[in-house]
Amino acid sequence: MMLSEESVKAIKERAGRYPHRKSAILPALTIACRQLGYVDETVYREISKIIRIPMVEVAEAATFYTMFPKAPRGKYLIQVCHNISCALLGADSLIGYLEQKLGITKGETTPDDLFTLISVECLGSCATAPMMQINEDYYENLTRQKVDDILQDLRSKA
Amino acid sequence: MFYSPVRTNASEAEKNEKLHLFKYVEDPQQKNVETFESRNGYSAWKKVLSSMSAEQVIEEVKSSGLRGRGGAGFPTGLKWSFVPKDSPKARYLCCNADESEPGTCKDRVIMERDPHAIIEGMAIASYAIGCHLMFIYIRGEFGECIRSMERAAQEARDRGHLGKNIYGSGYDLDIIVHSGGGAYICGEERALLNSLEGERGMSRIRPPFPAIEGLYACPTIVNNVESLATVPHIINRGASWYSSMGTEKSSGTKVFSLSGHVNNPGNYEVELGFSLKKLIFDPAYGGGMKDGKQLKGVIPGGASTPFLTPDMIDVNLDYESLASVGSMLGSGAVIVFNEDTCIVWTILKLIHFFRHESCGKCTPCREGTGWLEQVVRRIEMGQGEQGDIEKIEDVCGNIFGRTICPLGDAAVMPIQSAIKHWRDEWQYHIDHGSCKVKSEFSFQ
Repeated sequence: MMLSEESVKAIKERAGRYPHRKSAILPALTIACRQLGYVDETVYREISKIIRIPMVEVAEAATFYTMFPKAPRGKYLIQVCHNISCALLGADSLIGYLEQKLGITKGETTPDDLFTLISVECLGSCATAPMMQINEDYYENLTRQKVDDILQDLRSKA
Repeated sequence: MFYSPVRTNASEAEKNEKLHLFKYVEDPQQKNVETFESRNGYSAWKKVLSSMSAEQVIEEVKSSGLRGRGGAGFPTGLKWSFVPKDSPKARYLCCNADESEPGTCKDRVIMERDPHAIIEGMAIASYAIGCHLMFIYIRGEFGECIRSMERAAQEARDRGHLGKNIYGSGYDLDIIVHSGGGAYICGEERALLNSLEGERGMSRIRPPFPAIEGLYACPTIVNNVESLATVPHIINRGASWYSSMGTEKSSGTKVFSLSGHVNNPGNYEVELGFSLKKLIFDPAYGGGMKDGKQLKGVIPGGASTPFLTPDMIDVNLDYESLASVGSMLGSGAVIVFNEDTCIVWTILKLIHFFRHESCGKCTPCREGTGWLEQVVRRIEMGQGEQGDIEKIEDVCGNIFGRTICPLGDAAVMPIQSAIKHWRDEWQYHIDHGSCKVKSEFSFQ
């Protein structure tokens, strides 16, 4: 099993809340990603067994949504909003700055597997632009100084 | 102090008693159930359960004139009245918290800072339609909103506001906080319902309307966060209080998310009919253009609404006034562009978004948004060809009105208006292979 006992328990608990078990597919994928950082066919099969829904239906949902990475990525997934409100306040230059700081280009992972950098569509943080999401947290009203501090903080925790 | 540092106009509540949605959003204690209760919280829910029939609740909300705050502006009470009274099936209420329209960040503030207001509104709406299990569908990226709503839901259960036999009324009601998977389309109510059922977030053909056949093929009402958070105030203070605010056809207040090139981006609750110019330039709100630059254009209601030019901003922010100048109130997301913004660059950002978010169900939207992105991109890259503008207009015309859900229309409306207002700039791009202005915005 790739999913931990804790994840299995959490998925079962979620599935029990809904009038129809199929509604637990997205929550199950979220739980799986939180533990593993990504999902693949093995994970779809495990989820399908836990919530008793055909595997194809799990895969069908998983491949539609952007929040379930399909391959391993760095410990910290940095997602920079590149949509209009953030772009007006320098999102493109923020991405460039992160590329330079991390020594990678958008879409890549640092050699130490610590950071993966991608850019994404609007994250609903438009009045505190520019912004980025790292794993499950938002970092808003970004400046160069803030970015430096955030990266240093994450490195020291890693 | 707050998870999100976003600016609001809550301090105005001291002298402006019309402010109700945002009255306490600058108080970090407001999210706690005891504080919420001490400020009249859950009193509307108690009033409804002890002394009102479902029909009376619907009538009250109908006569308040409240219209859906998610974008479409459909009358909320009228929507509720479509649920069949005699259906033997379960009924469901879904709060649409999949806030993803670019420029929009208002529901997030309410979820993070005043979650019980949403639960109370959802409870009242549930009672009005005879629902005993309600859902809030929150976009998956909103981690703090999900945590905030989960916590508030548990507090509401612990304090007896939700559960079995609430306040001894015999009414049972519970809530499920559900998080999405990252898809703009799920803010469209039929796609949201599919997603909630564990399907891909693709829209459904209607009829049947969700009020007849929605979640799990049962009668279902989908309402926006802000609409539902308004409901307790209408019950407490009366429909006539609510309809006395705003304009004749657009009653009440609305939260506007102001972003882009202004000095004070933020979320501002104002009466409908408020001046757009004042929202952008008044020091109490937007505070004018950042760095003293000139205004080039405004998107008044989120990325899917048509642009306004500077000579058009003397307009009031209500459904009718914006329609009269060829745009829409939408979700109330006002995006401000300065003179350095290239319109082709802007449209490329937007069409890239819509192409990415098209669910792929309807051919005109799936293929058309891709073609539009290709043509807009080559113009932006300096490789535009004569006739490209007409090509864009032709593709837009073949998407508009030809899709199951409004995403197709949403994708083309800003493009059509951008060509209408700034055609010379598009032509300059094609003729010279470069921008008249450079959109190189750097962060500090």
